[in-house]
This record gives sequence, structure tokens and C-alpha cells, in this order.
Amino acid sequence: MHLLRKLGFYLVALWAAVTLNFFIPRLLPGSPVDAVLAKLALRGPVDPGTRRAIEIMLGADDDTPMIQQYFAYLGGLFTGDLGISVTYFPTPVTQIIAQSLPWTLVLVGLATTITFVIGMVLGTFAGWKRGTWLDSLIPATTILQAVPYFWLALLFIYVLAVNLDLFPISGGYNPSMVRPAFDYPFLSNAVYYGFLPALTIVLSSLGGWLLGMRNMMVSTLSEDYILTAEAKGLSPRRIMVMYAARNAMLPSVSGFAISLGFVVSGSIIVESVFSYPGIGFTMLQAVNNNDFALMQGLFLIITVSVLAANLVVDLLYGVIDPRTRARG
Amino acid sequence: MAQTQSQTPSRLRAALGRALTPSLVIGAGLVLAIVLFGLIAPFFVADPNAVDNAGMHGPSAQNLLGTTQTGQDVLAQLAWATRGSLLVGVIVAFLALFLSAFFGILGGYLGGWLDEVFSLFTNVVLILPGLPLMIVIGSYVQQRGLLLIAIILAITSWAASARVLRSQTLSIRNRDYVQAAKIAGEKPHRIIAVEILPNLLPVMSSGFVFALITAILGEAGLSFIGLGVNGTQTWGSMLFYAQNGQALTLGAWWWFVPPGLMIAVLGGGLSLINFSIDGIINPRLRNAPKQLKRVKQAGKQAEQEQAERAEGDTGPDERDETSGHDPDQEEVAV
Repeated sequence: MHLLRKLGFYLVALWAAVTLNFFIPRLLPGSPVDAVLAKLALRGPVDPGTRRAIEIMLGADDDTPMIQQYFAYLGGLFTGDLGISVTYFPTPVTQIIAQSLPWTLVLVGLATTITFVIGMVLGTFAGWKRGTWLDSLIPATTILQAVPYFWLALLFIYVLAVNLDLFPISGGYNPSMVRPAFDYPFLSNAVYYGFLPALTIVLSSLGGWLLGMRNMMVSTLSEDYILTAEAKGLSPRRIMVMYAARNAMLPSVSGFAISLGFVVSGSIIVESVFSYPGIGFTMLQAVNNNDFALMQGLFLIITVSVLAANLVVDLLYGVIDPRTRARG
Repeated sequence: MAQTQSQTPSRLRAALGRALTPSLVIGAGLVLAIVLFGLIAPFFVADPNAVDNAGMHGPSAQNLLGTTQTGQDVLAQLAWATRGSLLVGVIVAFLALFLSAFFGILGGYLGGWLDEVFSLFTNVVLILPGLPLMIVIGSYVQQRGLLLIAIILAITSWAASARVLRSQTLSIRNRDYVQAAKIAGEKPHRIIAVEILPNLLPVMSSGFVFALITAILGEAGLSFIGLGVNGTQTWGSMLFYAQNGQALTLGAWWWFVPPGLMIAVLGGGLSLINFSIDGIINPRLRNAPKQLKRVKQAGKQAEQEQAERAEGDTGPDERDETSGHDPDQEEVAV
């Protein structure tokens, strides 16, 4: 029952994303055709026939009722048809997404996992040693959290890449040295290029995890069962890890949804700063070229990935916290 | 009568003293300084868009923060950008507060199917990634006014605090005084306004501060990729022009460091304020350090007394801990 409810929620969220994706371009003022025409007009006078050509190119020449278009769109999604990119004409959108998705998945996935682990461990200690000098470190992490992702990225590029020449300024790998393949030269090169983007994401999202965990630790440590555990004479380490941290972690795990949205949003801009060949960078190129099919395909794939990651975390949560299973 | 009059001010002062933590004072100071800068400085600086033939150069007596690639004064731009960013932030924070209060409190109080629908809606909005949605909307609209950007930012940022407000409302709804008001025949809107809202104020103010940070960061991100408000200077748009003007490779740190620093300092100040609000909402966080010190002192005292009594002889309980087999330790290692 609990599982069905969860799956139902994700289906509703998926439907909402798909529907938003369909209606945003059709209900907002200004059509994609106007946007492309406005861009062309900057370069010189536009031929009257151009409008018709662009309409056909973007599929805006459709006179069928909107509800019919909607179902045609849903059908297209099921067959994996997301349209054709204008930027990389005539490559299908799905192919471009397939090229850029692995970069982002690895970058954001690894960075988020690292951040989560560091945040939980440090938060556990900060909560355990509450009232000591560690407390004075907490405000520092929140200031780090208030730093915009992309500004931190700019600083890293300026100091570490431009001035000290330790890391590359942009890109995902060095195309003149290695080719994408599953071998050591390519992977090590990719790690070298991905280090600064990952560091940016880790540093700017660490504060939230750390603070949340620390506050939950402080709350949990004043529970009666902690006192009981102390009275039983259990070792402090066991109390800290098995009694306090295990319970204090739960809100952090269930808060994964909110934070992942933030991380993905932040990584889009980080990718654009580093020209990292992932989803975010591709999305901004689509924006700059008025490539609406690509943009919407990317929005869809980002949303689906976030939903999928949350579904996995939710299912894991049932394993971690037996109470959720009992309730259902 | 005379007694209560003399008591109230001192009690007020005590409450104020408890609320005025160092973090609140520092945070409020930082925020106030930036707000004043945004309000006053634009009247005293030169035209932020005036182009100068001197081109880009570093900080000097004439241009305290140097100039951009086209010779525009960075300090003047920063002053106007501060005003623009704060304006967007405040508008968005109020919109988000209203939305979260509407969906959170109303759903939580009325319950039933309305609550189901509202919380489903809240959770869906919460889980959809905000920035990609903003990018898609922002790129379709060519004329991006201040209000449009504010609305886009607000509809993607209210959900988290609506969820907090709902759970708080759920717990307040069942308290005795709310039940009493219901039995006394009070109307729902009056119960919400008089009995529930005052108790939610700390949570709502914390949510407002949080929304302000999110809004300013979100606007900066949107402007940084060139999808911000048309024709308005903000911290994000300054960074956008700095990035496009090769400020990084040319080493023009005076161009891209100040706007980001302003965001970071403002965000840090607002978080410090939120810390103290958190301390007021959750006294456990505030009292924890003091309590721990007390426990430590008591422990030290007990140790001393024990040492004096035992006089060199190890107590039996201490031996137990070191030599006895402890199954717990192994479990931890696994």
C-alpha cells in the first residue's frame, strides 16, 4: 500500500512535468516562431516567406485542436521521439541527450554522493561535540552555502586554472590527447577535467547537509533513549553511530528530494561556466540558439532523472526506517 | 498595578537579551549595511552605463572598484545592481510567503480532500527541478519584465516552506485552545488568523528569510545565463557581462569578485539571522551548549570526588570497560 502510494505520487509528478513541458510553449505570450524571427531580424530584413518556413520547421503549422496535439505529443514520448535539434541539425534530440547525459550523471552523481557522505560524517561529529569549538565552524559553512555555485566556479577558474595553471579552464576532456573510451588515459583525463566542477558542487552544497545533520544530532542526543544507552554503559562510539546518527540521518535522507533539485540546478550553471559537455551546457546552447525541441527534451530528461533518483531514495528509505513500512 | 508596570519592561529586556544573540547582531548588521548601500549609494555614484575611452583598468582613486571592459564604473554598477537584486528578492520572498501560507496553512487546517490535493500539489512542485523550468519559461518570453521574473522565481520556490507550515499547522490544530475556539463557535478564518497564525510567525519569518536567499541566488543564476530581467542591473547580470567580457582570462578580479561577494555576504547575514530564529523556535539547539557544559562540569566534579575516594586504586567499573569483551564494538566496525 505504501509502495503503491509512492509510485502513484511519482506518476503524478511525471505527468505534471510532461504536461508542463507541453503547455509552456503554447500558453506563454510570444511563440517560438516569433523568437526565431526576432533573432533573424537582428541580422537583417526578413523575407515574408521565412515565417511560414520557420513554422513548418518548428512544427507550429499544426491546425489540429490542442487536445489532439497533446495526445500526439504523449504518443511521441512513448516512442522516444523528442523532435529534431536546430542547433545540431538534423540530429535527433534523443541522440544529443544520449551524448551529454553520461557526463552530467557521473559528475552530479559522484559529487552528490561525496557531499552526502562528508556532510553526514562531519555533521555527526559536530552534533556529538556540540558546545565545543566545532560550533564556531557552523556559520562558516552556511556562508559557503550562500555563495552562488557559479561565482565559486569563477573564483576557482581564476585562481587555480588561470593564475596557478593547475587545472584546465574548460571542457570535459582533452580531445587532442585522448578519445572517449573505457581505458585509463581517458578516464584519468576526465577526472582531471572534472575535478574543479565537482569541487565547486561539493563545497557549495556541503553546508546544507552538514547543518541539517548537526541540528538533528543535537535534537536526537537529548532523547531519553540516548540517556538510557549512556546509563547502560555502552561505548560512546556505539551511542554516537548506532543510536544517535542512525536516527538523526533520517530527515536528511528524506530531504534528498529538495537538495537534489538544488544541486541539479546549480550544476547546470556550473557546467556552463566550465563548458563541461553535459546536460546543463547543452541546455544553455539550446537557449542561445532558440532550439526549443532540444530545450524541452533536456527539461524532460532532467526532470525524469531527478524523479528517478528520488524514487530510488524513497524505496531505500523504507528499508532504513521500518516505521514507514509499518504505517502503510 | 504598579508592580506589573515595573515588571513588564524588565521581562521584555530579558526576552530581548535572550533573542539578541551574537549571530543575530552580526547577521542583521551585514544585511542592514547592504540594504543601506542599495538604497543610498545609487544617488551618489556616476552613471553606471557611461562608456569611457580609458577602457578596463583596476581600482584607482577615480574608480574605486576599477572599470569594465568598456570603461564603465564598477562601483556605480554595483550600487544599482544591489538595488535591483534586493528589489527582486523582496518581491519574490513576499510572493513565496503568500503562496506557502495559502497552500500550507489552509490545507493543514481544513484537512480532508483539500489537504490531500494541496499537499500533492506542493510535493510535485517541490520535486520538479526549479532552474530548468525557469530556463524553459524564460527563454520563451522575449520581454522579461521584473514582475514576470519575480513570478517565475516565486512559483518555483514556495513549496519547501509550505510543507513546513502544513506540518506545524497540523500540530497546532489539535491543541486545546484551538479546539476551545472551535467549540466556542469561532469561524475558520478567525481561528486561522487569531489562534494559528501568531504561533506560526517564527516559522514563517524563517521561511521568509530563506525565500529571500533562494530568490536572490535564483535571480543571479538566471541573469548569469542571460535570462534575467531586461534592462535591469542585478548582481547576476554584472557577472554575466564579466564572464562574457573575458574578465577571468584578463585577470579583472575587481569586476567579478564584488557582485558575488555581495551575494555571499548577504546570504551569510540572512543565514545568521535564520540561525537565531531557529534558536527561538527550537530551544534545544540554543540550550545544548550550556547543558553540555553543565554535564561536563558535573562529570569532572564526580571524577575528582571519585579520585579522592579511591586514592590510586582503579575502580571495578573502569576495569570492566577496558578488558571486558564488548560485542557492540564489533557491530560498529561491520
